[in-house]
Amino acid sequence: MEWLTETKIPLGQWISSLMDALNEHADFVFYTISDVLEFIIENTIDFLLWLPPLLIIAGFGALAAVLHRSWKLTAFTILSLLLIVNLGYWEETMETLALVIYASLFCMVIGVPLGVASAHRPWLYQAMRPILDLMQTIPTFVYLIPTLILFGLGVVPGLISTVIFAIAAPIRLTHLGISSTPKALLEAGESFGCTPRQLLFKVELPSAMPSIMAGLTQCIMLSLSMVVIAALVGADGLGKPVVRALNTVNIAQGFEAGLAIVILAIVLDRICRRDNNETSGQ
Amino acid sequence: MSNAVEFDNIDVIFGNRQAESLKLLDEGKTRAEIAKVTNNVLGVADVSFNVPQGEICVLMGLSGSGKSSLLRCVNGLNKVSRGSLRVYDGDWSVDVTKCDGPTLRKLRRECVAMVFQQFGLLPWRTVAENVGFGLELRGLAPKERRDIVDEKLALVGLDQWADKYAHELSGGMQQRVGLARAFATDAPILLMDEPFSALDPLIRNRLQDELLDLQEKLNKTILFVSHDLDEAMKLGNSIAIMEGGYVVQHGTPEDIALRPANGYVADFVAHMNPVNILRGRAIMHRVTKDQRDATGDITIDDEDLRITLDDGVVQAARTTESGQLKLITYDGTLPVDLDATDNSVIFVAPDDVLLKVLIEMRSITQNPVILTREGKISGTLGRREFFDSLTQTASAPD
Repeated sequence: MEWLTETKIPLGQWISSLMDALNEHADFVFYTISDVLEFIIENTIDFLLWLPPLLIIAGFGALAAVLHRSWKLTAFTILSLLLIVNLGYWEETMETLALVIYASLFCMVIGVPLGVASAHRPWLYQAMRPILDLMQTIPTFVYLIPTLILFGLGVVPGLISTVIFAIAAPIRLTHLGISSTPKALLEAGESFGCTPRQLLFKVELPSAMPSIMAGLTQCIMLSLSMVVIAALVGADGLGKPVVRALNTVNIAQGFEAGLAIVILAIVLDRICRRDNNETSGQ
Repeated sequence: MSNAVEFDNIDVIFGNRQAESLKLLDEGKTRAEIAKVTNNVLGVADVSFNVPQGEICVLMGLSGSGKSSLLRCVNGLNKVSRGSLRVYDGDWSVDVTKCDGPTLRKLRRECVAMVFQQFGLLPWRTVAENVGFGLELRGLAPKERRDIVDEKLALVGLDQWADKYAHELSGGMQQRVGLARAFATDAPILLMDEPFSALDPLIRNRLQDELLDLQEKLNKTILFVSHDLDEAMKLGNSIAIMEGGYVVQHGTPEDIALRPANGYVADFVAHMNPVNILRGRAIMHRVTKDQRDATGDITIDDEDLRITLDDGVVQAARTTESGQLKLITYDGTLPVDLDATDNSVIFVAPDDVLLKVLIEMRSITQNPVILTREGKISGTLGRREFFDSLTQTASAPD
């Protein structure tokens, strides 16, 4: 066995050197990205906090009412968000909301086209699969360190880590949706003279829409599950009080902040989710 | 009449070893033998025939006989491995086997429309949006689309259902939407891939009748795939029977019924109901000049019937039992006021009337039926002819 351990392959060393090299020669790229993202997110948070909480709560209530026509969901949305205000976590909730919105936005903007491309090119999906597996299973802390080095402390490394963690869901679900478009529908589209582009936008994407929307709700859930880890690298939001509660063994604070995360998750999920009996509508 | 579709030595092979498989095919190997060597599937082999404009041609055979594979070549859903397939639309014509992408799309958008077995309706679109699909692909503005869509929906009797979703409709109605969608593009050629097979027999029958009615108005060229000989006989002006990728017989429904080319076709024919297919002229006892006696009359001995003629036109008929018979000329409907059995009358009908109707005439009068062509007598149908037709021993018409 000695021959096996004699010379260690310097795998960790290589990654570390790569990070050093990136940090040394391309740091301005990462700092620019970091600055721009931080600027956008900070302004969004400022805007959300500038709006009166009751207005935002009313907005969520209206969304629930319009999208789902259910007074139960509307009442639940309004009451649970009022509870957050009452508990005193409104500011943190808005910070987390901004993080989740941008993380989901990036995931969808990158993930859906990648999902479509990989559904049309089997080799691309084969190539992407190990990477997606890696991104979903590798412990978050492992890539938290390099993102921290490259992007500095704050909300941006939190956002990037969240995107890495959550993006596999929309890619996989878009791939699933597009590649399971019924053959009969594809042939109907082709036989009436679809261009490849028309086939994508008029047949494949509408057919995959339930699956893509499931990708979005998955993405939101995964982003919310990352808020505590994002807080470790300095992202503001509901993760902060949880981390603080952990450090001070404060059961009360931990429970309240945790409850706020759960409420936000349920509200966003129920509002974004398409009901099964709505699938026929466009 | 000019042709709308011309199949010219079409071979279709599914798989990636085309050249090899074609070579094996030329050596006379069967589908199974080719699949064993190259793992490729022989879809269609050496098919050549033409479909004249305005005709309904039925491709018929068991599943796996290559009928759908052949149909789908016409709009390029299947790729032809060898041979040429020409589609004509007025002055415009195209060889589907050699055309480029834009030409193929033009063909699909303007010239050839398709109706599917499982309807192929887009479930997230309303009925009207489904019917307008082809027009939308062509880039027509919503307003112009709406007019055409309304017209076609009225044509298939679904104008009240425009804003429903497909799944809210019954199977028969969904297929009417499929028909309206195919009509909407005003394509002169219609491909129908077992369009009525997924429907229950009653609805199927009704849609067949509707299709024939619509065809009277629209006069399209229709290629229709079916595995049901009764359906093929009812709809088709011509029928191509396929087996193992080959067309084993191509002819009129009567040809197929009376002169099956081989055992496979005969098997099909044995299972069909002849009364809906055979027409009088195929089974009648033909009247020839030398059957006439000195006065120009005709006597049918075994029916004890005597027909008086004037230059071929039936003047009177009598039997010794009933004496002079009252002549009733059939004009498309049977008189309802006749008693169940009234042997004092005799029917005179054109010789292209279906056997089903002729049997009814016979059962009303108990007398033979006199058949005419262009007003003049062409034959008679007595007891023996009726029995022979039902036991498939009728002689072929001229």
